Parts: sequence; structure tokens; C-alpha cells
Amino acid sequence: MENLKTNKIFISGDEAVAHGVRLSRPHVIAAYPITPQTITVERLSEMVENGELDSDYMHVESEHSALSAAMGASSVGARTFTATSSQGLLYMVEAMHYASGGRYPIVMMNANRSVALPWSIYGDQRDSLSQLDSGWIQVYVEDAQEALDMMIQAYKIAEHAKVLTPMMVNLDGFILTHTYEMVEIPDQAMVDKFLPVFETPNKMCFENPKNMAFSSQPDDNTEFKYQQNQAMFDAIEVIEQTEKEFGELFGRNYQSMVEEINCDDADAVLVTLGSITGTVRVVMEQLRARGLKVGILKIRYMRPFPEKEIMALSHKIKAIGVIDKDISFGYEGTIFTNVNSALAKSNASIFKKNFIGGLGGRDITKAEIEKMYHDLLAGITSNNQKTVEFFNLKVETND
Amino acid sequence: MADIDIKDIIKEENLIYTKPKVITDTVMHYCPGCSHGVAHKLVAEVIDDMDIQDKTIGISPVGCSVLAYNYLDIDWQQAAHGRAPALATAAKRLMPNHYVFTYQGDGDLASIGAAEILHACNRGENITVIFINNAIYGMTGGQMAPTTLVGMKTATSPYGRSTELNGYPLKITELIAQLPGVAYVTRQSVHTPAAVRKTKKAIRKGFENQDKKIGTSFIEIVSTCSSGWKLSPVKSNEWMEEHMFKFYPLGDLKDSEKESEESYKKYIE
Repeated sequence: MENLKTNKIFISGDEAVAHGVRLSRPHVIAAYPITPQTITVERLSEMVENGELDSDYMHVESEHSALSAAMGASSVGARTFTATSSQGLLYMVEAMHYASGGRYPIVMMNANRSVALPWSIYGDQRDSLSQLDSGWIQVYVEDAQEALDMMIQAYKIAEHAKVLTPMMVNLDGFILTHTYEMVEIPDQAMVDKFLPVFETPNKMCFENPKNMAFSSQPDDNTEFKYQQNQAMFDAIEVIEQTEKEFGELFGRNYQSMVEEINCDDADAVLVTLGSITGTVRVVMEQLRARGLKVGILKIRYMRPFPEKEIMALSHKIKAIGVIDKDISFGYEGTIFTNVNSALAKSNASIFKKNFIGGLGGRDITKAEIEKMYHDLLAGITSNNQKTVEFFNLKVETND
Repeated sequence: MADIDIKDIIKEENLIYTKPKVITDTVMHYCPGCSHGVAHKLVAEVIDDMDIQDKTIGISPVGCSVLAYNYLDIDWQQAAHGRAPALATAAKRLMPNHYVFTYQGDGDLASIGAAEILHACNRGENITVIFINNAIYGMTGGQMAPTTLVGMKTATSPYGRSTELNGYPLKITELIAQLPGVAYVTRQSVHTPAAVRKTKKAIRKGFENQDKKIGTSFIEIVSTCSSGWKLSPVKSNEWMEEHMFKFYPLGDLKDSEKESEESYKKYIE
């Protein structure tokens, strides 16, 4: 670790993202305001206008235009940033596939928020989880510091020659975007060392003219998609390497694709995504103090998916639970589906349960999490529980 | 002077004002000084006066007035951001005997929804549009909108809107007035009692035009956003009069079937 200049300030998650973006020196920022992303774009426009950040800020008329503008910038080799949430993310969807298919390494912040109808500004993860197939790398953060750090890492990962894939950094709406925490702002010189100026041969320029977006026929479409898929798999090694380099330089390490917390000797493990991990840590420690062998698997990346890590874990534990602030109607939580697929590949026959809740901003309490752990421990010896369960459901059900 | 008993005062014949029947008892979430409250009341009064509560359909936008359905006791549908005119088109075409209106802010109508409003008006849909223009995105916390005045400071233009970077404020009402399908285009405000009366007349005319089947009626209400502008309610009105009215002058931009026909002829020539 190099000589660290610590500079801790008390800021919100949105502001932490803005600082992470500022330190990454994007050439172009294009965004449209949506709650709870707004503070990020307000801070960035302020930084651009007062000269702290040498960047072009484009005020566009919609999210669809925001991502299209980002693609335009990226196609000439510019480092670009956009930010959105919920309805805005869904309005971008057409352009999201253009961006990933065109291999534009755009970085986007998404403030996780529920999706209408019923219309709601509060948080769950149904917006981004519905876009796992859009070809974007997806990372989810637990706190404001991780949000800042991941903005810097995101450019390094997305712009890597083997990856060249857009990346979405997700943070829970309000719980992270609007909560204030002490956040260490890295030194610009160190960030510059970690993240050099973006250079890519994959751009339009006079010296080497290129068409960056084009049609394909049945003869070659599959090969394009194969390469895109391969780039996503190649991203795993880049993510691990980037994480390692970041840890060495800045002294903060988030493990990598996942963070395993007390999993080595655990009987029951809860899988978490995003800010809920913080609450689960507290409950897990309380239960550990009472002698219960419980742990946490904090999934950080949903795409590419940490299949290897989950398969390895499945041989060590006896029960696994997945908290989903999401529901794929007519089936189960999307995180659960993904985890289950990895478990099936490892031939693990352990107790599994999907906990659905926290939708539209409802709090998930410590008592509810404790009950989840007890359900998992009980499931090891007798399996008479439902596999998919809505918790804290305030209506009577027949089942 | 003899003592007056309160019971002598509370009598039907002494009643000079009541809350419109259509307005619910729900406490409004609008900030003090916001124009939405008065605009809502005027729409409600027109619905009361015309006795059309049971056949009025409102399409609410995304923005501060997304919750309008909590305040006016009529049928409502909420549209995705900017798409109210498309929903209104369908509602009116399928239920031509109902009065259909959209209630949209500038962040909704003039920005993300610019395509829908232009095309609904160009088709001359027989609907009424209430357009609240406060030159800012109110609900998200006061960011720059297409309608933001030159030099105006907002959360995303902290040093003022620059024409070099962001162009000039969009006079979407003037654009809409050019379209032959539009029957009535007016720009009003609710900053004084006289202005409130004029705006009510305009809204009434907009609703009555639906009976005449002469095309779209478009009523812009130049409005305040005390929270977004960071001014007191009184100062907001003063600021609006001084700055907004210069760029967005009040008055009718287009009126009458005749004018519509003339402009159509001119348009096709």
C-alpha cells in the first residue's frame, strides 16, 4: 500500500458516486433527472460549471436520449457517464442493447427503485434485475464508500480491451443514495495512476475510419453475440485483477465477484445483494454469538454471474437462503433463479429457500432476517417449508 | 351592538364560498405558494359548474401533479412520463361522450413527452390539455428543464442556463399553436384574482370545446415553484411577473374554429 492521504468527508451515496465519477475524469456526462438519482447529476453539473471537472455536461430531454448521447460520445473514444433509476432505466432499455452490442464501455449509475404500477419512488431491485439480459456488467454496492470506489473500478473494467462492455453500478435508492456516511475521497493523482486516460482502437476517427454500428444477417449475428458473451466471461478475470490492484493501491478490498462472510464453517448462509447486507451482518454476528453457525454470501456482480463461487460454497454448507427485493411474476425471485442454476450444476442437494420482500421501499427488519436464518437451520433437518415465500406479507393467504 | 350568535351566521343564505364538490378532503402535498393548488381548484370548479363529474376522465403525468388523482374525485389514469396525450387520445376516442383532459407539467409535456403532445395536437384530438409551466423540474428537486429561462439558476445549472450549451427555452405552446388540428391555445396564470378568473374561463372553454368537436384545446398556466426557485411565495409571484411573463406572455395564441380552418387552408396551400 502506498502512502495514503486520507480525506474523509460526510456525504450521501449520490454524492459519493459524483466524487467517484469526478475522479474518473469522464469527457462527457449525459443525464436526465429522476428521483433518487438527482443529487448525483446535480453535483456533477456543479463540478462541471465551477471548473472542478473538465467535462461536457449534456442536459437531454429523456433517458433514451441520455444513453444515446453517451453512445455518441463513446463512439469517438470519449469516456462517458450517465445515471438513472427505475422508470428511467426502463426507458433506456432499447439503447442499453445498442450500447452493449456496440461494445461501448459506458458507465452508468442506477439508483435501485421500484417500477410502476403502482407508481413508487422507493427502493427495490426490480428495475436492474429485469435487465440482466441487456448485456451490461452489473455490480451492486453495500455502502457509499463502495459506490465511490466502484465508479473508479467500473471504468477500468468496462474499458479493458478484452471486455469493452458497458457497466452499471447499482445502489439502493434512498437507503444508500440519500443516507450520509463518512466516505474517503481518494487522491486524484492515485486515481490517475490506477485509471489512465481511455485509449481504444474501437472508435470513429479520421486516421482509421470505422462504422461503429451496423446491421447483421443470420449468417453472422450469432458470432457477434458469441463474442459479446465471451467478453462478459473474460470480464471475470479483469474484475478480479482490478479488485486486487485497487486494494493494493487504495487499501480497500471488496473480495471480488462475491464477498463471503463467515461461510467456511457455516451451516446456513443467506445470499444478499446491495445495502441489505449491512443489516444481515449485524444479525449474523448476533446469532454467531449465540453459537449458531451462520454466514453471508454477498453477491456483488449479477453479470457476469459468480457461478464458480456459489458452486464451491454449495459443498461446504447445508442450507442456503436468498433474499430477493424482486419477484419474477409466475416463478420466483430472479437472484434465487440464478443461484439455483449454479447449485444444480454443482449437484448440491442442500436446503434452499427464497425470501421475497422489501418491495417498494418496505424496510427489512433484523427480526425478519433472524427468522430467515432460523427457517434455514430448521430446513436442514426437516423440509416442510415452502421454497418461495413472501415475508412480512400483510394480507391473509390460503397457503 | 347586540351579540351575534354563530348560529345566525352559519346559514345557507350567508354562504358565499364552498370547496368544490369534486375536490376531496385529502390534504394536498404541494408546497406553500405552489400554483398547482389553485389550478386544481379551477379544474374542479369547471367540472362542478358543468356538472360533468361522472363523465370526466383525467390523465395524470409524472411530476409533482402525479398525485392529482388523490385530490379530484373523478376517473383518473396515470401515464408513463410524458405519455398522457397518448392515453387521453385512446380514452376520448373510445368514450367520445366523456370529457378527457391531461394535466401535465413542463418537465413532462415539454421534455420527455414533447413527441406525444405534438402528435396528439397535430391529430387534433378532441381533448383538453392543462399545461403547468414553472420552468423547472419540480418534483425531482428543481433541475433545469427545456422551459428554464436563460440565465436562470437551477440545481443542474447552478451558474444559470447558458444558451451556448442548452439553447433557448422551448416555447412549446407557440409551436402547438401552429398546428391546424388545434382549436384553442391560450397562456394564463393564477397569480392574482383577476388572472384566476381568466384562467377559469379558459379551462371552461377548453372543456366546452370538446362538445363542439373542433380540435384540441391547450391551456398553459405559467406557474410558480417556490421550492425549486428558492423564493418565498410572494417573491415567486413577483419573479414570475417580472421574468416569466416577458418570455411567456399571457393571452390567447389561437381561438375559434374559423381561425383553425384558415390556418389549415394556409397550411395545405
